[in-house]
Amino acid sequence: MDKAELGAHILSRYNEELERLRTDVLHMGGLAESQVQAALRSLSDGNATLASEVVRNESRVNQYEVEIDNECNRILATRAPTASDLRLVVAMIKTITDLERVGDEANKIAHISLRHSGMDRGLGDGYRVVRHLGRTVLEHLHEALDVFARLDAQAAIATVRRDRAVDEEFDAVQRQCITFMIEDPRTIRASIDLLWVARALERVGDHAKNMCEYVIYMVGGRDVRHTSLHEVELALKAGQAGKAGQAADGAAREGA
Amino acid sequence: MNEAAAGAGLRARAENLSFFYGSNQALKSISMPVADRRVTALIGPSGCGKSTFLRCFNRMHDLQPGNRYEGAITLYPEEINLVGKGVDPIQVRMRIGMVFQKPNPFPTSIAENVSYGLRLRGMKNRARLGEAVEKALVGAALWDEVKDRLNQSAMALSGGQMQRLCIARALATDPELILFDEPTSALDPIATAKIEELIATLRDRVTVLIVTHNMQQAARISDYTAFMYLGELVEYDEAARIFTNPSKKATEDYITGRYG
Repeated sequence: MDKAELGAHILSRYNEELERLRTDVLHMGGLAESQVQAALRSLSDGNATLASEVVRNESRVNQYEVEIDNECNRILATRAPTASDLRLVVAMIKTITDLERVGDEANKIAHISLRHSGMDRGLGDGYRVVRHLGRTVLEHLHEALDVFARLDAQAAIATVRRDRAVDEEFDAVQRQCITFMIEDPRTIRASIDLLWVARALERVGDHAKNMCEYVIYMVGGRDVRHTSLHEVELALKAGQAGKAGQAADGAAREGA
Repeated sequence: MNEAAAGAGLRARAENLSFFYGSNQALKSISMPVADRRVTALIGPSGCGKSTFLRCFNRMHDLQPGNRYEGAITLYPEEINLVGKGVDPIQVRMRIGMVFQKPNPFPTSIAENVSYGLRLRGMKNRARLGEAVEKALVGAALWDEVKDRLNQSAMALSGGQMQRLCIARALATDPELILFDEPTSALDPIATAKIEELIATLRDRVTVLIVTHNMQQAARISDYTAFMYLGELVEYDEAARIFTNPSKKATEDYITGRYG
């Protein structure tokens, strides 16, 4: 399945419905991504106004989830999608659940940011501990949305593979926070909050990974959760070679 | 792959089956298994040859001069070639039942409709005929609705009941394989649901080969699905796989409504 194939139903309204849904999911993804970005910026800049804005926008992410969910249900009931259409709708239903949770994590970070902006001692420059983790996670989230937009299974596999880096960085942040707490007990409160932020970011990374797995399912029809990435890669390549062969056969037939 | 393709539990197998209406080739070298006591559905656009293929199984094409078969349909376990020259079509039809798109009961009583095939085979004992009629009607999920009016005309039944009567008539002779040619396309959704339910229960006793235009129906009731196009078999696989992740692009286009 590639993007070009999405545009040729006999029922043009069905086409439009699916295309609109896909666009909505991407909008929702964009919103969730900017929520995480803003939450992190509010933390690094100690900007309470920005943090409040994130908290306010949280309901918009939720609203998207409800609307897209309803529309997917309607399509399932009225169009009875099959094959790649079915996989697309199922993948979208799952993707928006993850995106909604990404929104929740952004909300958590914004709340921590709000709390510290009112404190004398605050986080200080403690933010730098999670800065790199934040950047990595945002990158992954961006890639996951990109992969969904382009239906690129190979890129999705690469992103899933990179999730390990997030886990490693999260471990590093934990160790650093523990060190802070041992060295100076007055930093315990701030360190625990930093840990919460790191934990939220790590969860965002997991959601991005899930979304990539749905894209692999959508494109290749293979459920890759709980299987080795290497196997998936091989199977996808074999599948693509098969489809390319069919396309070539078709072209040869038409030529004849 | 799957059990049918692997050759276990087969009721029939088409091997390089081609069929010609005079000089016009309608089927092009079709090879596929029909798994025993399973439902196999044939789908494809109008004119793709699926009904032609179905009718090869009970030699209905023999009625028209100039029609010609090539290849074989092997019926297991005896390994008879159903389309072989030495095989009597009447003998074939004794073992293979057929249900058509439009219900076609005989203009006689309900009981006589069901017992017709048995009487043709020489069964005369009234008590045994009565038992067989009841068994077939129960099997076709029609008994409760007609048990008090077995001697009334079959033409007074509703469309859905008539179709179940035709299924009972096909069941009465204990066939090994029943062919359904779009059995529900003339019925309302409730009657359709009853027939689908019935086909699902038949699976325990008899092999079913069904042609349907309703893709959701094929997805619901079949264990295996074959997609045909322009007289060729494009893809054959487990139904669950055909409808979630077909391996051929042509199948994908057809079942998602991108064909044409």
